[in-house]
Amino acid sequence: MVRFSLIAFLKTILNEGLIGAMDEVGKKFSEGELFVPEMLMAAQAMKGGLGILKPLLAEGTTESKGTVVIGTVKGDLHDIGKNLVAMMMEGAGFNVVDLGVDVEAAKFVEAAQANKAKVVALSALLTTTMPAMQATIDAIKEAGLAVKTIVGGAPVTQAFADQIKADGYSDDAPGAVELARKLIAA
Amino acid sequence: MIIIGELINASRKAIGAAIEAQDAAAIQKVAQDQDAAGADFIDVNAGIFVGKEPEYLKWLVETVQAVTDKPCAIDSPDPKAIETAMAVHKGTPMINSISLEKERYDNLMPIVAGTDLKVIALCMSDAGMPETVEDRMKIADKLVNGLLQNNVKMENIYVDPLVQPMSVNNSFGVEFVNTIEKIVTTFEGIHTACGLSNISYGLPARKFMNQTFMVMAIAKGLDGAIMNPLDKKMMANIIAAEALAGKDNFCMNYLKAFRSGMFDF
Repeated sequence: MVRFSLIAFLKTILNEGLIGAMDEVGKKFSEGELFVPEMLMAAQAMKGGLGILKPLLAEGTTESKGTVVIGTVKGDLHDIGKNLVAMMMEGAGFNVVDLGVDVEAAKFVEAAQANKAKVVALSALLTTTMPAMQATIDAIKEAGLAVKTIVGGAPVTQAFADQIKADGYSDDAPGAVELARKLIAA
Repeated sequence: MIIIGELINASRKAIGAAIEAQDAAAIQKVAQDQDAAGADFIDVNAGIFVGKEPEYLKWLVETVQAVTDKPCAIDSPDPKAIETAMAVHKGTPMINSISLEKERYDNLMPIVAGTDLKVIALCMSDAGMPETVEDRMKIADKLVNGLLQNNVKMENIYVDPLVQPMSVNNSFGVEFVNTIEKIVTTFEGIHTACGLSNISYGLPARKFMNQTFMVMAIAKGLDGAIMNPLDKKMMANIIAAEALAGKDNFCMNYLKAFRSGMFDF
């Protein structure tokens, strides 16, 4: 009985204290009130908090919100935007598999399959690598995976996302978290 | 300071629209404004137009050079687009840019080899984005030596050490300016150039940070910038910083700028 309430207590700290705080940070970032370094600092604090909570929360008592596979597409080496999104996804309680930069379409497919991902998030910073985004989404659809695809990066727009049949687009990291939540709930 | 006016870039909405509509007057106004503000090169970029880039880049060079004598900086990784644009260019253009990424290196080296073209050498390789002075110098070393071996003169090379945003790692500013210093002391007679606005990504009051960063980089030897020459405060900062760095004999440029009202805001 005591143990049960302790776990409930810890879950409240996790969901309302940590994830709730990160949501607030994300919201304020999107509104232009907070800036990138503050988001990074908040994420570090979140990591520190998780480090304390995790050993206390026994295996299986916290359900992950789902797995997000993320990476920068083939031919593109930019990682800053991708890292910010990965960090905010982690902060929201998702299990994040980060494939890094210059990632082949086949590697996204493979990782999505192996990790039973719910969302694949693609980043591109160059106009020249936007076609690789299309190729990746095509490959995911061809493989017949039941996974949602979201895209982002400086040259990427909602119109481009629609054109390549991505399931969603966001122009910042907190928006990508919201999008992932909505797509998974749908 | 060699100033490369960055405003004619298709990824800027108004410019992309003007290119698509073939609105020569709109492009020419931006070219003339940058020329009058002190740009040494007018950058031209049509990168968002997949398939049409060579045609549009050629049109941009012709359109710009109809109203200014300044040379262009041809901003593309595509050898076909660069060659098409170069065919109509008057004077000696700058190529923006070669890097150590294999495809880009192999595509651009034959274009600049043995010529008198100016070339920006961007410190980026297939191994990813450099973060430290050492990362950047490894790339710069290979790039500069590759260019020299292909008979590009030292004085025509502009190394861009690649600015990374300070908001994600607070050593990125220092690593950049220290690389500038290392490059100018390692390769005698070489130039450096960079687009430095990336330093302030993710922070507010970006112009203020960009201006301050420019001054720090000039103190370490930066002598080229890809920038908006219409930014009056930035131009004033450059002139003052160059005088302070001992690059302005008898402060003549500083005084000239004062008399022409460049310090009046």
